Amino acid sequence: MTDLTAPLAAPGRLTRLRRAVPLLVLLSAIWIALVILTAALADVIRPYPITQMNLSARLVPMGTPGFPLGTDELGRDVLSRLIQSVRVSLVIAFGATLLSAVFGTTLGFLAAQFRGWVEHFVMALADFQAALPFMIMSLAVLAFFGSSMMLLVGLMGFYGWERYARIARGLAIAASAQGYAGAVVQLGAKPSWVYLRHILPNVASTLIVSMTLTFPEIILMESGLSFLGLGVQPPETSLGNMVGFGREYLTRAPWIMLAPSVVIVLTTLSISLLGDWLRDRLDPTIR
Amino acid sequence: MTPPVIEARGLVQKYESGRSLLKPGRVVRAVDGIDLAVRPGEVLGVVGESGSGKSTLGRMLLGLESPAAGKVLFDGAAMPAPRTDEWRRLRARMQLIYQDPLAALDRRMTIADQIGEPLRIHRIAEGPELHERVAALMARVGLRPDQADRYPHELSGGQRQRVVIARALATGPKFLVCDEPVSALDVSIQAQVVNLLRDLQEQEGLTMVFISHDLKVVRNICDRVAVMYLGRVVEEAPSDQIFTDPRHPYTRALVSSVPKAGQGLAGRIILQGEPPNPAARPDGCAFHPRCPLADAACAREVPALERHRGRLTACLKQRPVAQTAA
Amino acid sequence: MFSYILSRLARAVLTIALVMTFAFVVLRMSGDPAMILLGPDAPQDAIDAFRTRWGLDAPLWQQYLAYMKQLVTFDFGISMRDRAPAIDLVLERVPATLALTIPALILKVGIGIPAGVYAALHRQSVTDRGVIMLSIFGFTIPSFVLGLVLVLIFAVQLDWLPSGGQESWRHAILPILTMSVGGIGVLARFSRSAMIEVLGQPYIRTAMAKGLSWRDVVWKHALPNAAVPIVTLIGFMVGALIAGAVVVESIFSWPGVGRLIVVSVANRDLAVVQCLLLVIASSMVIANLLVDVAYGLLDPRLRAKSAAH
Repeated sequence: MTDLTAPLAAPGRLTRLRRAVPLLVLLSAIWIALVILTAALADVIRPYPITQMNLSARLVPMGTPGFPLGTDELGRDVLSRLIQSVRVSLVIAFGATLLSAVFGTTLGFLAAQFRGWVEHFVMALADFQAALPFMIMSLAVLAFFGSSMMLLVGLMGFYGWERYARIARGLAIAASAQGYAGAVVQLGAKPSWVYLRHILPNVASTLIVSMTLTFPEIILMESGLSFLGLGVQPPETSLGNMVGFGREYLTRAPWIMLAPSVVIVLTTLSISLLGDWLRDRLDPTIR
Repeated sequence: MTPPVIEARGLVQKYESGRSLLKPGRVVRAVDGIDLAVRPGEVLGVVGESGSGKSTLGRMLLGLESPAAGKVLFDGAAMPAPRTDEWRRLRARMQLIYQDPLAALDRRMTIADQIGEPLRIHRIAEGPELHERVAALMARVGLRPDQADRYPHELSGGQRQRVVIARALATGPKFLVCDEPVSALDVSIQAQVVNLLRDLQEQEGLTMVFISHDLKVVRNICDRVAVMYLGRVVEEAPSDQIFTDPRHPYTRALVSSVPKAGQGLAGRIILQGEPPNPAARPDGCAFHPRCPLADAACAREVPALERHRGRLTACLKQRPVAQTAA
Repeated sequence: MFSYILSRLARAVLTIALVMTFAFVVLRMSGDPAMILLGPDAPQDAIDAFRTRWGLDAPLWQQYLAYMKQLVTFDFGISMRDRAPAIDLVLERVPATLALTIPALILKVGIGIPAGVYAALHRQSVTDRGVIMLSIFGFTIPSFVLGLVLVLIFAVQLDWLPSGGQESWRHAILPILTMSVGGIGVLARFSRSAMIEVLGQPYIRTAMAKGLSWRDVVWKHALPNAAVPIVTLIGFMVGALIAGAVVVESIFSWPGVGRLIVVSVANRDLAVVQCLLLVIASSMVIANLLVDVAYGLLDPRLRAKSAAH
């Protein structure tokens, strides 16, 4: 039944928007490049260490000389913290997206290769994953184990695995039935040869497109958990964690919360736009 | 006489259809007791309508699926279980030519890479040697060297089938099954591909099973023909005998439908009744509901494949004929 | 139809059993309950007594069976923090959450579907483009950002509405808005594409060729067919609503189930978390079951298929 969510990823949902404003994709790409650059060079471009307090300049508003985005309640520079947060959030989202793609694709291929009870087991797990809101599952795991960076990445690495598993299984079964995979088996190739050299390259574009869908969702999930104080823990900082702490000073210093919020919204929006465009470009099955 | 390259003894294949949790499915016998043997360098044609079990037979001869009963011997040895290491090694010595070459090729790989793939899988050649052997294979099947870096969808149907043939021949197999190798091609191309297969067969001394629903195609290439109807062989004879003197009523109908020069389709036998359905096999001789000669006995007794005058026929009506002739 | 519902029911039970198993596995993996409850400094004989008392010295499969038996009889244990049965703590929060989620669901369906269908019927128009734009924004803005921005505007700057608490219906306005915006966007976009797909089908052209009015084509042919995937999506939105409640209730200090999860997780109140996990999973499974039944009623192909079985 979860297969019915597929039309959500239907082709060209932004087709007309893009035709009207093709500039958007370009702007998205530029923004994402900027974000990646920021994350990579965080140590160099950060004006202050993220924990450096300046008690004489607490809750200084945006545009103050020396503190372009203001400071927080402890006089820490918001821009510096923002740069570090971008790095942390991006690293978590990137690692988790990769983990979930590898994990899901592997399970999907195993289901397609062995069929029988292996397939039933994988599909039952996928149903289970789809039946339980990921947020709730993460909260339960965090409750039992306490929060740590490794656990957080590992946990986020389960986000959306069931989609890759379904896609990989479906495409692998289709490939075997269609012939080219069956033909290579018939040439005497081992399953690993068939899956790595034939099926994977053939399904890669579809998987990459799903990764662009999962990536912003993982950013949102991580920042949601961090906002609730259950994700990234101080003294480390992430985008959601900044919004969460900024909430206390909503009336007196809204900039603490607004700066990371804007970054989150722009980043997820850019990736969604770019992913949509990529989908139309890369996926020949849609055309 | 030289021992056969490939031999089938009592092959049976069953499929279950429409099975659900609550009730068992209906068992369909796609192949229902087949014995045959192909000698080195011989080409056996297998002819029949769709649903006659000829493709299933071909897959079992190659060991791609295990028979429900009976066994296949290759060079006198039993076929190993599918997907074992021994089975994989054996792939280098027996190959399949597909009906739809586009489906059998990976559309994201150049044709040179695909032709060389069996050599890499079986670690026969790599590097410059691989390159040379691929070039030689391409030349042998009539592909131009500049086509090496093309992708399957950039070639014509006939060229794609040449790629599939080159790939099948890469490891120098001894035994080849061609499953409707030209039926997906334009008629104008069919003869070229059949001629190529015949030339290669002669040069290499290949042993071949050539599966087709089309007698015209089979006639050009086969030494011997087996006619299948609903999972059984109803007649098996040297190629020229099948065409000049068909005995089984079904074979006669098939042969009469091939136009002859100067005669057209005069004397054509039009078969009555339903086309064969493996899920609803008639009692007695499976062909009797459509047979012009059938009588009450044909609906009761299953005719066995019997030998007389250098051929095998499974027809109750043929027995008196054979006896009077003898 | 009957066997269709039966197979869905079996799947629902299986899913709940899997959730229970998940809770058990995670619970056992997270450490020795005796150590957690009694602390690392507890004397050895106290730990042993605790283990015997709670059956922790039995083989794992016996513990598993005992645990499953407890859950089936709605015995979820005692909250470590409030010393009250976990199930009571959870159930007393349910009405507050429903007070937010039900209006939010009505808003999502009541605005999202008409907007999407309207956009699909007026493709290329300014309204269509507006709907797409707004739905993308609705989808990309995380609810915690949206909630805080709404508070900033309507509570802090304009001072029209309260920023948190549960005293009157006015307190519910901002949380409900926050919860519904994303879902409205998703539903609008989804209904739009479902409708466009249906309108491109041959039977619509046939219906128009028969000379039916456009109004009849839309109401009698297009909408019933587009409804099938849309209803399925609404089933999935129940999960999104619950996940959304976690964040929204935290922002607006709304004493519902979502707030309870966050507090229990922060306090590592395992009995309550486990109980919540099951209550949420069960409600999602039940929602999906209802959707499956509705789906079966809406899709004549499924009816025919189940009749044939």
